[in-house]
Amino acid sequence: MTSVAQEQGVVETRSGSHALAEFLARFRELGIVLALVIVVGATTIDNHLFLSAANVQQILAGSAIIALLAIGETIVIITRNVDLSIGSVLGISAYATGVLYVHHPNVSLAVVFAVALAIGAVCGAVNGLIVTVGRVPSLVVTLGTLYIIRGIDGAWAGGNQVNASMLPDSFNRIGYATVLGIPYLGWIAIIAVAVATYAMRSFRTPRDFYAIGSDPDAARLAGIPVGSRVFLAFVLSGAIAGVTGALWLSLYASVDAIAGVGYEFQVIAAVVVGGVAIFGGSGTVLGAALGALLLYSINTALVVVNVSSFWSTALAGGLLLAAIAFDRLIALRVAPAMRTRRSARG
Amino acid sequence: MADTDHATPDSDVQAGTPWGRTLRGLLRWEALLVVLLLASIAYGASVSPYFLEWTNLFFIGLNVGEIAIIALPLTLIIITGEIDLSVASMLGLTGLFMAELFKHGWPIWPAMGAAIVLGGVLGAFNGFLITRIGLPSLAVTIGTLTLYRGIAQGVLPSDTISGFPQGLGSIGVVPIPHTHISYSVAIFAGLAVVFGIVLHATPLGRAIFAIGANQEAAFYSGIRVKRIKFWLFVLSGMVCGLAGVLWTLRFASARYDSGIGLELFVVTAVLLGGVSIFGGRGTIVGVVLAVAVLGCLQTAMTADLIPAQDQNIVVGGLLLASVIVPNLGDIYRRTRARLRTAAARRQAAVSMRREAG
Repeated sequence: MTSVAQEQGVVETRSGSHALAEFLARFRELGIVLALVIVVGATTIDNHLFLSAANVQQILAGSAIIALLAIGETIVIITRNVDLSIGSVLGISAYATGVLYVHHPNVSLAVVFAVALAIGAVCGAVNGLIVTVGRVPSLVVTLGTLYIIRGIDGAWAGGNQVNASMLPDSFNRIGYATVLGIPYLGWIAIIAVAVATYAMRSFRTPRDFYAIGSDPDAARLAGIPVGSRVFLAFVLSGAIAGVTGALWLSLYASVDAIAGVGYEFQVIAAVVVGGVAIFGGSGTVLGAALGALLLYSINTALVVVNVSSFWSTALAGGLLLAAIAFDRLIALRVAPAMRTRRSARG
Repeated sequence: MADTDHATPDSDVQAGTPWGRTLRGLLRWEALLVVLLLASIAYGASVSPYFLEWTNLFFIGLNVGEIAIIALPLTLIIITGEIDLSVASMLGLTGLFMAELFKHGWPIWPAMGAAIVLGGVLGAFNGFLITRIGLPSLAVTIGTLTLYRGIAQGVLPSDTISGFPQGLGSIGVVPIPHTHISYSVAIFAGLAVVFGIVLHATPLGRAIFAIGANQEAAFYSGIRVKRIKFWLFVLSGMVCGLAGVLWTLRFASARYDSGIGLELFVVTAVLLGGVSIFGGRGTIVGVVLAVAVLGCLQTAMTADLIPAQDQNIVVGGLLLASVIVPNLGDIYRRTRARLRTAAARRQAAVSMRREAG
């Protein structure tokens, strides 16, 4: 939706409601920022400590995890697929990272992240292979691998736990250290989102993702290798979840068999709230990351205004539904506007 | 799904021969399920000498009762080409609702009825978003999966409600008098017959298949696509409410996380039963057999001291297998076609070179 609107790029006078609808469709990111300002503002009025440095850093670090996962999920959803297994991939990679440190306390950071990336990429490759070769809907495949990977994690970890004391400080620092007042994790997420945003706009392969999501058959006829691109999308999503698993461990500093359970729903909610169309073909990484920040801020704000944090799950679900319903209604408003303009031009 | 009707007729020469036909008959999905069922019974019997005793069979039925009941409306939904992932959350929330009402002094029977009504409302919300707003069922039910579970968690974060009346509470754990059948299995059997008749022998059932096969064609032939889908989601919600009641009585307690993750088992049961995830194909008999397979396998694995998490690996694997195996023929044909084209091209190149020479 957004990309189409941007390509049209001509401002004409038209009826007010259409103009509003198109404005909302075009500036989704702005809408999220606005919502963020309202949430933060209202909560700060209630409790000024909400904007304290410590709390802001905590929000940035926590939402960085969701934002990173959201980058991978955005890529997959843009190709008109879905990856439900990311929470499990994060869990197994976090546990693997912990175990690696237990057995080899002096292993270098590069090796640790390479291992986390490899584990994630392998999980993603399995998903991608089954989806593309088996021509099976990704929903079913990743629902299956969600439980399979979690099961492997559980069988491996059993009741064991890796604690902060078993992890070297150089690793734990990633979780708590800050640069210019922004936590490392925040920087990592910002850089990752910047790189991904540039890549998704400018490079050919990511543009193929959009083409596939808009119309897989047309993409195939246009000569895009649909299978290998979808496979790549799943590998990317898995690899990102793998690396995020290691980062997750550095933030929370202890890991057991249930690390990351249920993350997939938070991430999908963030992605959809961020304006990525669930039918694929449109959306931006920046929007998804802002969606993650908004969702996480609201969760923290709930605690601050004394609403039980147990409501955060319901909130994620409610926001997801509101976002897709909103998108649908906007699409219904924008589509006629586009059509009239196109016919006026043609 | 397993039958190869959809294959292009000339792609498989063998299918025409008597041998091919027998082979195809044997390879029907239901036959495969019967084999799978016998295998899991054999596995169970080899693990424990008590596996085939009535008491154990009763417990198998008890364990899969709710999953089996929920699988029936989900079968119809998947045949229309939609999906409902929120079933486990509806089960949890309705069970909790019943328990809350009971705690606040409602008699148990109206509380049970209210839980089923609430299930209908939750399902209607799904159906409204899907059919009236026009949202994809996948996204909607992922949302309501989170929303309904979240509401349950918000209402009752850590407590457990228990203390149901003795007599009624026990229907969750004792067989129907003078039999070895649990109440949930009896309800499932009754519902399965009704669903089977509706799906396979009524205009409504044919409409459901028609929607799954081609939604637009169904619409233009006068089938009320949206209305049927809407009521199927309502039905799914109500049946989940019923399952929530049974679940709560079985464990004699209600928690926010009752039945969490159950959607894996229910979706696996339906797809293992040979229902096509793309819609338009499936049978109730297949789903009943699949439920039996899952029940026996689960109990056998438990008797084999396999922990629950490892069982999830097996169930997840079954889910993947049940969507991949029906496609194996297609994968094989595609690969062969590709190889053949490549070979033909090579041969053409060779002969052209020869002519030129």
